[in-house]
Amino acid sequence: MPNMSLKKNEMPTQDPNVRNKNFSEVALGYTEEQAVDEANRCLNCKNKPCVSGCPVSIDIPAFIAKIREKDFEGAYDTIAKSSSLPAVCGRVCPQETQCESKCVRGIKGEPVAIGRLERFVADYHNKNCTEAPKAPEKNGHKCAVIGAGPSGLTCAGDLAKMGYDVTVFEALHLAGGVLVYGIPEFRLPKAIVAHEVENLKALGVKIETNVVIGKTIEVDELFEEGYEAIFIGSGAGLPRFMNIPGENLKGVYSANEFLTRVNLMKAYKDGSDTPIKKNTNVAVVGGGNVAMDAARCAKRLGAENVYIVYRRGLEEMPARKEEVEHAMEEGIIFKTLNNPVEILGDEHKFVTGMKCIEMELGEPDASGRRRPVEKPDSEFTIDVDCVVMSIGTSPNPLIRNTTKGLETNKHGCFIADENGQTSREGVFAGGDAVTGAATVILAMGAGKTAAKAMDEYISGCR
Amino acid sequence: MYKILRKKELNPTVTLMDIEAPLIAKKAEPGQFVILRVNENGERIPLTVADYDREKGTVTIIFQIVGGTTELLNHKNEGEYIQDFVGPLGKATETEGLKKVAVVGGGVGCAIAYPVAKKLHDNGCEVHSIVGFRNKDLVILEDEFKAASTELKIMTDDGTYGTKGLVTDALKALIEAGNKYDEVIAIGPVIMMKFVCKLTKEYGIKTVVSMNPIMIDGTGMCGGCRLTVGGETKFACVDGPDFDGHLVDFDEALERGSMYREFEAKKREEVCNLFKEVK
Repeated sequence: MPNMSLKKNEMPTQDPNVRNKNFSEVALGYTEEQAVDEANRCLNCKNKPCVSGCPVSIDIPAFIAKIREKDFEGAYDTIAKSSSLPAVCGRVCPQETQCESKCVRGIKGEPVAIGRLERFVADYHNKNCTEAPKAPEKNGHKCAVIGAGPSGLTCAGDLAKMGYDVTVFEALHLAGGVLVYGIPEFRLPKAIVAHEVENLKALGVKIETNVVIGKTIEVDELFEEGYEAIFIGSGAGLPRFMNIPGENLKGVYSANEFLTRVNLMKAYKDGSDTPIKKNTNVAVVGGGNVAMDAARCAKRLGAENVYIVYRRGLEEMPARKEEVEHAMEEGIIFKTLNNPVEILGDEHKFVTGMKCIEMELGEPDASGRRRPVEKPDSEFTIDVDCVVMSIGTSPNPLIRNTTKGLETNKHGCFIADENGQTSREGVFAGGDAVTGAATVILAMGAGKTAAKAMDEYISGCR
Repeated sequence: MYKILRKKELNPTVTLMDIEAPLIAKKAEPGQFVILRVNENGERIPLTVADYDREKGTVTIIFQIVGGTTELLNHKNEGEYIQDFVGPLGKATETEGLKKVAVVGGGVGCAIAYPVAKKLHDNGCEVHSIVGFRNKDLVILEDEFKAASTELKIMTDDGTYGTKGLVTDALKALIEAGNKYDEVIAIGPVIMMKFVCKLTKEYGIKTVVSMNPIMIDGTGMCGGCRLTVGGETKFACVDGPDFDGHLVDFDEALERGSMYREFEAKKREEVCNLFKEVK
């Protein structure tokens, strides 16, 4: 008899007033009992609507059925057939707009907590399984992957499982991409990312850090070195600014810089060699997940007041609902329908305030959201000593500027078909480098699709 | 890990190291830079390439001890390793078609000016080098500059070596003496580059400066290295580090460069104390 409770099992979390002072993980994860109880809410629908909402097509009812039987390793094996990074996806996927949005239980009540169950299974496996995956037999063909973020790591893992000799080139000193420089420790512990990377290495994937493709080595040289197909998963790492006065004052950061200092370079730890300015009042401009991450980091670094300044309303925010709720619980102040017009500084060029203007929503724009328009004479100033610009990123031009025959669109994104094939033979691309800034799971889906296409391409050349 | 093949103290606060990095040595050009981390928890710092040997696979760096990281790096010896070394980053200095150039270097900036002078000299360009230091003890790369220049002017603030005065005094004298330069290339402290540009603007001589702001990744990702050039925001790491000196907002660059000065001084002291305890 299924569990007919209309509500999901609640996720145990750290108390908001405790967690907003530490960098430990916010969500603590289901216990075995909670996981089994939640798994019992699944009706095991024959047509599996949830699977159609998953960018990597995990057989969701099958892994949930294994949880019900308390065969947690079996559940892991089911997920692992489709996903290379389950512990990551269970934490950062927007399930509410993907698998869970299709769940029949969601019609009356809350959907099955698929994401929380995925996380439970992955954590159970990582805790209890000491055996590293075995490297499959090599097929004698070489592939290169550019960028060790979600799309690149997924592509590399899938190719390695097919027997390819895969080398991943990463520009930073650590593999993981946005998972290590962007998403904070309290949302995705870095030990989890490191563990997933170790698993890939056990599969035979080689990871070369400190190699900037387009600078250290060019794409054409990779072909000369015998790589038969190349996947570009270089992400969208170039920060945008608003181009308003005062943006180059001391204390204005791009979200990338702020988060990289905190996450990748561990500036939140005492004794870190990487400095970050101590702030009392911080304004984060933007309404996406990255803005929430930056605001919550600022709070944890000791700021008294942290504001989210967003030009549209709460309803229009692109951030996940859960992230917005967590931020609110932690005391982040939401100043929606406000837009910065100028950043103010003192005689030493340190930030002292931000001048904003009130906005109201007009007619819907191209994105379908109501366009924010300025309210006349509604300017006001908030006292802040730090501003974090979190208004989006664009793809890095290093590869497109150094590779002939690789077409990009007006935003600088690589043009690729549904299989990741670019305008250049043997070169595939996926993730944010193609779509512009999007989600971890969409990038993983693209990496997966491209791996299949690369295998078909190389097989066709034989 | 990247091996230190040679270490040489150029003066009490400036050290030279040859680092084994064949991939970077193969590509590096004057004007480009590397980012390094000394140890596993270290910060990332940019250093401009001072020289390279494509055959030996080495890249030379020359650094001044100013903060915790450079202090720590200076405690590393030949045969030891540094954690990370990535590059070559940024655009190379443009030397194509130049027939007569004044290369102006200040302090440790001479380490960056030297490979540019050398490349110009190798291309058959007439190079007038003007290098400035605070005093005699701080003079570096004198022989190297001599070999790469048609004319070399050494300036010291206190007159203990070469001519007493600023690099701008020497540059002005050379221009006044009738030298027609296609370009002036100035590399050194921001304040020096500011005044070189002020001078050359009066004479209408195109001037290129090499900016070295605070950065983290060096690939365009953090935006920490942004500066205003001709009213537009540019990233030194990908758009530079060379810029038209007559368009750079030097005052803003000076301010931005000072952001973590206190932290750096404290960090350096901590590292020094650490090594004292070990001894």
